[in-house]
This record gives sequence, structure tokens and C-alpha cells, in this order.
Amino acid sequence: MTDTRPLVPSLWSGFVGIVRRDILLAWKRPGDVLNPLFFFAMVSTLFPLALGPSSEQLGSIGPGVIWVAALLAALLSLNSLFVSDFEDGSLDQLLLSPQPLTVLALGKAIGHWMVSGLPLVVISPLVAISFHMPDQSIKVMAVTLFFGTLSLSLLGSIGAALTVGLHRGTALLSLLILPLAMPVLIFGARTVSLSTSDDAVSAGVYFLAAYCMLALTLAPFATAAALRISNE
Amino acid sequence: MWKFFHKLASPPHFYQFAGKIVPWFAVIAIACIGYGGFAGLFVAPADYQQGDAFRIIYVHVPASYLSMMAYSIMAISAGIGLIWRIKLSHAVAAAAAPLGAWFTFLALATGSIWGKPMWGTWWEWGDPRLTSELLLLFLYIGYMALRASIDDIAKADKASAVLALVGVVNVPIIHFSVEWWSSLHQGPTLVREGGPAMAPDMLYPLLAMILGFTFLFGALLLGRVRTEVLYREYRARWVRELLLGDGGTT
Repeated sequence: MTDTRPLVPSLWSGFVGIVRRDILLAWKRPGDVLNPLFFFAMVSTLFPLALGPSSEQLGSIGPGVIWVAALLAALLSLNSLFVSDFEDGSLDQLLLSPQPLTVLALGKAIGHWMVSGLPLVVISPLVAISFHMPDQSIKVMAVTLFFGTLSLSLLGSIGAALTVGLHRGTALLSLLILPLAMPVLIFGARTVSLSTSDDAVSAGVYFLAAYCMLALTLAPFATAAALRISNE
Repeated sequence: MWKFFHKLASPPHFYQFAGKIVPWFAVIAIACIGYGGFAGLFVAPADYQQGDAFRIIYVHVPASYLSMMAYSIMAISAGIGLIWRIKLSHAVAAAAAPLGAWFTFLALATGSIWGKPMWGTWWEWGDPRLTSELLLLFLYIGYMALRASIDDIAKADKASAVLALVGVVNVPIIHFSVEWWSSLHQGPTLVREGGPAMAPDMLYPLLAMILGFTFLFGALLLGRVRTEVLYREYRARWVRELLLGDGGTT
């Protein structure tokens, strides 16, 4: 019986394979997924404890606190994006694989987002409710976090690719990524706090969506280039 | 013309050529800054609103212009180095980053000193240009930190070039987002339709200062690139001949 499958798997199967593999890996090691989520919940808890339980104050700082906590949680999980692949040699296999590295880099970023960003979007309403944020803001916050965390995963994959294999990776990654992530933070947090006072939010949401599209199209190329340089 | 550039990309030739230009740049810079500094501080009349405090623009404006200029020079030469694999342009990028960071710092410092009498605070988060200048400083710091943490120079060159290019795409977005965030800074007075809104007595020293700072930056940059080239090529024969003067036999 002849095997009719093509010798080189298609782009799509390479992309899906990477995403599925990363989700499976995360599923087998749930700690990697849960730690950033707990971190997100705990950082958000710090602020009410430090600033006092006044509900007006919490409502006004809530959007900013949740966004900063989400940004830090994303950074925390991005550190390990390529490290285990680098250590066990599967990164070399990715570099040698027949699919373009750009597509695989996109798959890595999407996989990372599905196991870190998406769960964060899902639990964010709980944190928002504890901050006494109004209902319409919770919806806006989930939407902005959806685009924002995806942008952060893509942007962060560039930084993770640049710092993979370096000893001082942890602090360095934050130095590289935080200034670049400012537009996401500014638009995300400001849009949510505008929504608490019933102002128009569509401009901010559109901006975040546009930024996300830009990151989806450009970031994988930079990540692929950075991975090649880091593995020379 | 092309031959000239082609020759310039070779480190020994660049080293000689830059060595000849640096003194000229330095002389022009000293002359311009000397005239601009004197005229700006003593000749130009005090502003009717801001009094003598406005005189800090003679440092602030050139410094903030150069902070962005240096980033573009850094990113463009990093891109050229990455695409055409020209080592010299990586050296230019490496030399431009600390200079740019210092000019950014100078712009921030003078801006906040000016802000104290004008706005009543050293730092005003509501001002988009101050904030985006601060983020520019962070971008420089990230770039230099990445470069410093990679030991292999060729690898550091390429990795930091990718970062510089990613930064270039982001700089306009950062600027725009900070702009959207809030606005308090006074509008542009120098570049606008119908000519600059400034008395000539105030304007000419400013233009002289901008020109002088540009040449100062050029001289410092070329000087730094020269040392960078020497450091990178220390194994090459021409460096030994140059430094030891004995034909490189030792």
C-alpha cells in the first residue's frame, strides 16, 4: 500500500502541530499554566490590602491594577517560552524543520497565548468584580485583555527569542519588552477606565485590535530572525 | 560616488577618514555652540511670558532633537548591518546608542528643570512628550542591556539590530499612544506653517545651537566608532601596524 501523504507536511499541519504540542505540554505540567494565573490573582490582591478597602478607590484603580498585573503575569510566563525547547534540543529541530520558521514562531506565540493569556482573560472578571467595577466595564475589560494578551504573547516571543540561552534572561526580558508593551498597557487600561464612566470605548478597542493585527503579521518574522541569531 | 562609500565601509579606510573629519566637526561644533550659547544667554531678550527660564531651550531643543536623531541613526545602521552584513554599520549602531541615551537624559533633565518654574512640578505625567522621551530612554537602556549581556560581538550585533528594528516600528505607536493618553505640552513653535513663531534674536542662537549640537554629536559618534573599530579589529594587521608602528611583527 502506497503512502499518499506528501513528504513534507503542509504549513498548516506544522503550525497546528506546534500549537497542539505546546498545549499538551502545558496540560501535562499544569503548574506552568497555573503559576502565572495565581500570580495575577495575588498581585491584584496586593492593591486592596495595601490601599484600603474603600470601594470607590478600588473601582477607580481597578482597571490599571488588573492591566499591570496581566502584563507582569505575561512577562513571567514568557521567560520560559523557548527555554525548555532550547535545553532539550527541540528548538534545533524547529530550526531544521521544512516549514518556514516564521510559521512555527507564530505557532509558539499562539500556543503560549492559549495556555497563559486566554485563561487570564477568563478569570479576569472575577478579579474585576472584587474591585467593584461596573458590569459594562467587565465586558470591555475582557475584550481589551483578549487583544492585549495576544499582542503581549507575540511581542514577548521576540524578546524571549532574543534572550534564549542567555544567563541573565529574566530581568533582561522585562527591560526589552516593557517599553515596547506600553501602547498596549496605555490603551488597555485607559479604555477600561473610560468605560467605568460610560464614555465611548470603541476607539481604544479598535486600536488594540489593530495593534494585535500588526503584531500578528510582523512579530513572527522578528521572532524567527531572533531565534536564528540566538542559535548560531 | 559608490566607490567612495564602498571604500568607506572598510575599517582601516574609515579609521583614517574619520580621523581627518573629527577635528573639523569639533571646530564647527565649538564655534556654533560658542556663538549660540553666548547669544542665547546674554543677547537674546527675555521672553515676555517665561522670563529668563525660556533660555533652557537652547540646550533642551537640540538635545531632544538629537535623542530621536540618534535612535534613527542607530536603527538605520543596525538595519543596514543586518541586511547587507556590513560590520562597520554595526559598529556605528553600537557607538550611537550610549550617545543617544545621554542626549535623551539631557533632554529629560532640562525638560523637567524647565517644567519646575513653568508648570510648578519637576515631572508632569500629563505631558506626552516628556513621557515618550522617558520611554525612549528605556528603549535605549534595553538595547544597551541586550548588547552588554551577549559576549560574542557578532551575535550581539545581530540580536540588538533585531531589537532596534522592532523598536523603530514601535516608536511612532508609542508616541501616538502617549499623545492620545493626554496632552499638556506647548505646541510646536519652530516647525510650522508660516515660519517660526519666534523673534530673530531668539531664533538665530537656537538654530546655531542645533547646528552645533549636531556637529558635536557627529564628532563624538565618529570618535566612538573609531575606538569601536579598533577594539573589534584588534587582531587585524593594520591595527597592529598603526598602534605598534613596527609592521605588525611582534
